[in-house]
Amino acid sequence: MVDHAPSLDASLSQAARRPMPLTESAGARIALIAIALGFLLLFLLLPLIVVFAEALRLGLGSYWAAIREPEALAAVRLTLLTALTVVPLNAIFGIAAAWAITKFQFAGKNLLITLVDLPFSVSPVIGGMVFVLLFGLQGVFGPWLAAHDIHIIFAIPGVIIATLFVTLPFVARELIPLMQKQGTDYEEAALMLGASGWQTLFRVTLPNIKWGLLYGVLLCNGRAIGEFGAVAVVSGHIVGLTTTMPLYIEVLYNDFNFPAAFAVASLLTLIAFATLILRAILEWRADWQLARSRLH
Amino acid sequence: MRIEVKDLIKRFEHTLVLDRINLEIRQKEFLGLLGPSGSGKTTLLRIIAGLEFADSGVVEVDGRDVSTLGFEERKFGFVFQQYALFNHMTVFENVAFGLRVRPRGARPDKQAIAVRVKELLELVQLGAFEDRFPAQLSGGQRQRVALARTLTIDPQVLLLDEPFGALDAKVRVELRRSLRNIHDATGLTTIFVTHDQEEALDLADRVAIMNHGVIEQIGTPIEVYESPKTPFIFDFLGHTNSFDCVIHHGKARLGDKELPVEPAIPDGPGVAFVRPHDIVLSPPNDPEPTQDAKLPDTAIMRFVSARGQRAAVELLYEKRLIEAEVSREGLNELGLSIGDKCTISLRLPRIYAKREAEKQTGIGERAAARPRFRKRLRSRLSGTP
Repeated sequence: MVDHAPSLDASLSQAARRPMPLTESAGARIALIAIALGFLLLFLLLPLIVVFAEALRLGLGSYWAAIREPEALAAVRLTLLTALTVVPLNAIFGIAAAWAITKFQFAGKNLLITLVDLPFSVSPVIGGMVFVLLFGLQGVFGPWLAAHDIHIIFAIPGVIIATLFVTLPFVARELIPLMQKQGTDYEEAALMLGASGWQTLFRVTLPNIKWGLLYGVLLCNGRAIGEFGAVAVVSGHIVGLTTTMPLYIEVLYNDFNFPAAFAVASLLTLIAFATLILRAILEWRADWQLARSRLH
Repeated sequence: MRIEVKDLIKRFEHTLVLDRINLEIRQKEFLGLLGPSGSGKTTLLRIIAGLEFADSGVVEVDGRDVSTLGFEERKFGFVFQQYALFNHMTVFENVAFGLRVRPRGARPDKQAIAVRVKELLELVQLGAFEDRFPAQLSGGQRQRVALARTLTIDPQVLLLDEPFGALDAKVRVELRRSLRNIHDATGLTTIFVTHDQEEALDLADRVAIMNHGVIEQIGTPIEVYESPKTPFIFDFLGHTNSFDCVIHHGKARLGDKELPVEPAIPDGPGVAFVRPHDIVLSPPNDPEPTQDAKLPDTAIMRFVSARGQRAAVELLYEKRLIEAEVSREGLNELGLSIGDKCTISLRLPRIYAKREAEKQTGIGERAAARPRFRKRLRSRLSGTP
C-alpha cells in the first residue's frame, strides 16, 4: 500500500500510511501462518502420506491381497459390527440421559452427570480391565457365565461391551448443553397443545436437537471404530475372531508384516476420512438450513 | 369460564413464593397479574395452567376443583414468554400442530385443518405469512403465531406469560390493542402476567398487584391507580414524590391544610405521596389560597425537560428532589426558569404511615442517600475532605 501512495491523493496516502490498529505486522503474520501450516504438515499430513506410501510400497497387487486376507476381512466385519451395535445404543442412551438431566429435576442429578463423564476420565485400559474383573473366568459373574456357557471376555460381546463403555459419553455430552439451552418450553408447549409424550419426542425434541445428535453420533462412531486400549484388554487377540481393525494392525505390525499393517491402517484412515467428509456435509447443511430459515 | 384460586401456598426450597393467594377471575374477564420480578406472579400463572403444582390450596374452574389435574386435562391456552415456536416448522405447521397431534378419532381431515389454520391466521392478521419460518418473523408476528397456535385447542381460558416482554416499545403498544381485540372477539377468559404497570393499566379489565407472594390489591385500573391501598402500590404504579407530615388525631397536617387520614393509620410520623402531575406550581409567596395543600417553603427549579405538550420539572424542596409534570403553557404563563423560586401545592396526596412507607418502598433510603451523595460529590470536586 505504501508503495502506491505517491500515485494517490495526499489524504488517501496519509490514511494508507497510518498504522492499522488491529493488525499485526506482515512479518508476524507470515510467521504465524508458517507455524500453523508447518505444524499441520508435520503432524497431520506427513503421517497420512507415510501410511499410504508404506501400504503401497509393494505395489497395488500386494496391497489388494493384504486387504483381502480372510483375517483382514474378519477384522473389518467385526469393527463394523461393533460400530453398528454401539452407536445406536449410545445414541438412545445419550438422548435418554440428556432428556432426564435437562428436562427434569431429581435427586442425584449431578451424580448422573458425573457418571456419564466417567469413561472420559478413566483410562480405556482400566475400562477394559473392569469388564475382565466382572465377566472374566475369575471375575464376579465368571462362574455363573461359565456354567451357562456364555462367553463375554475373549469373545465378541466383550469387544462390544468395552467399546460401549468407552464411547458412552459422546452423544450425551453433545446433547446436554444443547438441551439445557433450549429449556423445557418447547416440550411444555407441545404437551399443552395436546401432543403425547412420543409425539413430543419425535416432532419437537428430536428435530430441535437433530444436528447436535448427528454430530455426537459421528464422534461416537469415530471412537468406536478406532478404539484400541479397552478392546485390547478384553479381546484376547484371537486373529480372525476377536480382533478389530486397530488390534489386527497391531498383530500384523508385531509380526513385522509392515505393508499389510499399513494397508489395513490405510483402510481405517479412509473410514476416518469418510466420517470427516460426512461431518463437513452435515455442518454445511446445518448452516445452509439456518441461512434459509433466516432469509426468504 | 370462571376461575377461582383459594388459599394457594407455594414454596421453592425454603422460600415462600405464594403466601395464601385468593383470587377470582370472572367469566370473559381480562385480568392482569402485575408485580415486580420475584413477586410470584409467573408462579401463580403456571399453577393456574397446571404447569406447576401448589403445596396447598385449590384451583377451581366453574366451581370444579382442578388442582390435581395436569395441564393436558385442563385444556387452557398458554403463551410462553419466548413464545416457544417450533423453529423447524413453518407458521402454518406451527398452528396446525395442535390439530395434527389429536388422537385419530378426533383429528380433523387435511382440508379441515387447512381451513381452521387459515381462519386463525386471519384472526391474528398473519394470513400472508403461512409459509414463513419463525426465524423470518418479527417479534410481534411471532407472538401472534403463538397466540393462533394456542387457539387450535379451543381453550376457554388463555394464559399469557409476559406477552410483550420480548418486544420493543412501539410494537408493544400496537400489539396490546390487537390482543385486546382478539380477547373480545373470542370471548375467552384471559389472564396475563406483566411487570409493566402501564401495560396492565392500559389493557386489563381488572389488575391484581402482587408483591412478595401476596396480592396487595385487586381492582379496575382506575381504582388501583386512584386509590392505591398501600405505599408499595402507589410507588409501583408511577413516579412518586414523598413529603413528610405528622398524623395527629386521625388528621395529617400538610402545608396549609389538615387532611383526613384513613382510620387504620396510627398517629405519628406520616408521608404524603404525590404524583408528578399532581404537583401545582405557583409564583413564590403567592398569598392566594387554593384547594390544594400549599407548602410553606419555596422550592428552587433545577431542570426542565419539555416533551411535547408536557414539561417535566425538577425542583429542590428541603434538600429533596421533587419531580413535577405541568403543561408547557402553564409553565410559560408562570414565567419561571431554572434557578427561580416557586411555591408548590399538592393535589390529591395519599397519606401513609411513615414506617410502612419506608419498609415497602425504600423512600426513606432514597431521601437519606441523596444529601450524603451530594456532600461526597462536592468534597471530591473541591478537593477537600
